[in-house]
Amino acid sequence: MWSYLVRRVAQAILILFIITMLCFILTRLSSDPMAQYANKPGITAADRAAIAKSLGLDQPLPVQYIRWIGLALQGNLGNSFFSKQPVLTMIEQRLPLTLILMGTAEVVIIIVALTLGLVAAVKQYSFVDNLITSFSFIGYSMPIFFIAFGSIEIFAVQFKVWGLPYLPTGADIWDPKDPLALARHLVLPVFSLVAIQTAGYSRYLRSSILEVLGMDYVRTAHAKGLSNRAVLFKHALRNAILPFVTIVGLDIPFLLGGALVTESIFAWPGMGRLFWEYAERGDYPVVLGVLLVTSTAVVFFTIIVDLAYTIIDPRIRLS
Amino acid sequence: MAATDESTIISTLSLKSTETKQPLTPGQLVWRRFRRHRMAMLGGIGIILLVLFIVIGSIVVPESRANNTDLRSRLAAPTSTHWFGTDSVGRDVFNRVIYGGQISLFIGIFAVVLEVTLGTLIGGFAAYYGGWVDAILMRFTEAMLAIPSLFLLIVLAKFIGQNVGQVTILGRTFSGSIGIVILVIGVTSWMFLARIVRANVLSLKELDYISASKALGANNRHVFFSHLVPNTLGPIIVAATLGLASAILTEAYVSFLGLGVQSPTSTWGNMMQSAQSFLEQGAWWMWVFPSFFIIFTILCINLLGDGLRDALDPRSSKHL
Repeated sequence: MWSYLVRRVAQAILILFIITMLCFILTRLSSDPMAQYANKPGITAADRAAIAKSLGLDQPLPVQYIRWIGLALQGNLGNSFFSKQPVLTMIEQRLPLTLILMGTAEVVIIIVALTLGLVAAVKQYSFVDNLITSFSFIGYSMPIFFIAFGSIEIFAVQFKVWGLPYLPTGADIWDPKDPLALARHLVLPVFSLVAIQTAGYSRYLRSSILEVLGMDYVRTAHAKGLSNRAVLFKHALRNAILPFVTIVGLDIPFLLGGALVTESIFAWPGMGRLFWEYAERGDYPVVLGVLLVTSTAVVFFTIIVDLAYTIIDPRIRLS
Repeated sequence: MAATDESTIISTLSLKSTETKQPLTPGQLVWRRFRRHRMAMLGGIGIILLVLFIVIGSIVVPESRANNTDLRSRLAAPTSTHWFGTDSVGRDVFNRVIYGGQISLFIGIFAVVLEVTLGTLIGGFAAYYGGWVDAILMRFTEAMLAIPSLFLLIVLAKFIGQNVGQVTILGRTFSGSIGIVILVIGVTSWMFLARIVRANVLSLKELDYISASKALGANNRHVFFSHLVPNTLGPIIVAATLGLASAILTEAYVSFLGLGVQSPTSTWGNMMQSAQSFLEQGAWWMWVFPSFFIIFTILCINLLGDGLRDALDPRSSKHL
């Protein structure tokens, strides 16, 4: 167990090292932080050289990388070129909003997927099952902007036309005088995320519940006279849900990165939009900071999920 | 008389039985299983219809009509002259859907070709050579998987897409960004395929026929490309089909973010992007039609991919 853990952590550190190198090289080559000074009147070539020197951009790339990673290890991700704020502060400001959006969506997704998967499995090949399966197939094949545009068209645009209370789609999501504003702003993006992501989960649950229902111990449970409900919830569901826990656990760290497209459609000021806004400007400390935070979370969650799995399923032995 | 009758009957009988006992080739077996999969057949027919629509459409409608702006009839709802309405500069949405489909499918197919090539080579080499080659390639794969794919895509698209000109192929001018989008999607999507191929080759390379081939003097290249890759083709085909669906979807996302193919060349993704600004004005036809085509395409490809999985790998048919 301990040697396994040590090996996994060593591997994770190696992977993180590769990630930082990959990200550093790509972001540094793709963005020129000096571009914003290029055509400004009053800034001479000597000034530009001085600015580059003060930002450390005159050094060769490997030196820049070592300097950046050295500071990052001390918890300093540098300052944004554009807003001059420390990157870590900017991430700390955006992270709660992303967590509110993605956390709410994830909870709703899990509840809906569990319900749909369960119903579809229990009523296999019935009309309801076919309906759920067809809808999850369609949801699985849909780009999120279709459902997002559709819900904006109906609940924001048409409701306004019909004189009904309509839902907001952007602008200020936080209003100190009206705490419910946040909840109202959540409805449409959460709805869109749920409509898209539930599909995959519920299909997965359906098949794993069906697999478990065909097992011998389920037949034994029926044979000893348990009610369908008891068999389903006390015996079948517990085992069917195990692989699902892994899948959800592995998806959770990706929630930190936010939903870039959804956040940009609904003007939600989360991590995805932070990344997108600053990637467009070539502000590489921010881009690197977001990449580092999310991928570190992904790498370490993978280990945590593996360890958690051995606790919920004692049959699994780590080696 | 009776004897000859009997013998002819026997001979025809035996002829018949040898005919029916003729073993089916693996291809015929796959086709038989695939044919039974009704939804997959439906998906296949849908894709054929879609391709026919795009091919016939591009023959009937010249490209100039799809890019023709007409500011007098901008943002017009669907009518008998403009079946799918017009966009913000008066271009016909129906014509743009045809040409957008061409580009979207083109990008999807070539991105998958790149994805399959990279995935097969990286996964295959990792498994075949093992040891430190395997360790390095797989750590690299895991590193790529840990970065949220859309983030990676954006950084990469900005990296290689800084200044591209126009490309002229067969007398038609395309925005050079098409090549960049293909490259970016291919380079960010090969990881799952590499893992599948690796797992397959790992088990295949221990089999006796590989040792036999080596004993006969076959070199690594021959063993890899003539034995290992063909025997992994089933999972590769399935992954490639499902990869095509996600490549088309990714193209839509990339173009939607404005990093993909640039106007006037239309794709289903950048049509959605141009629709976003006119959402509040109720110009629903600008996004409903392109997204209908995206959903239809992805749905058909996914159905086909599921059917192929069941047909090529009967052991995994329990997945749904």
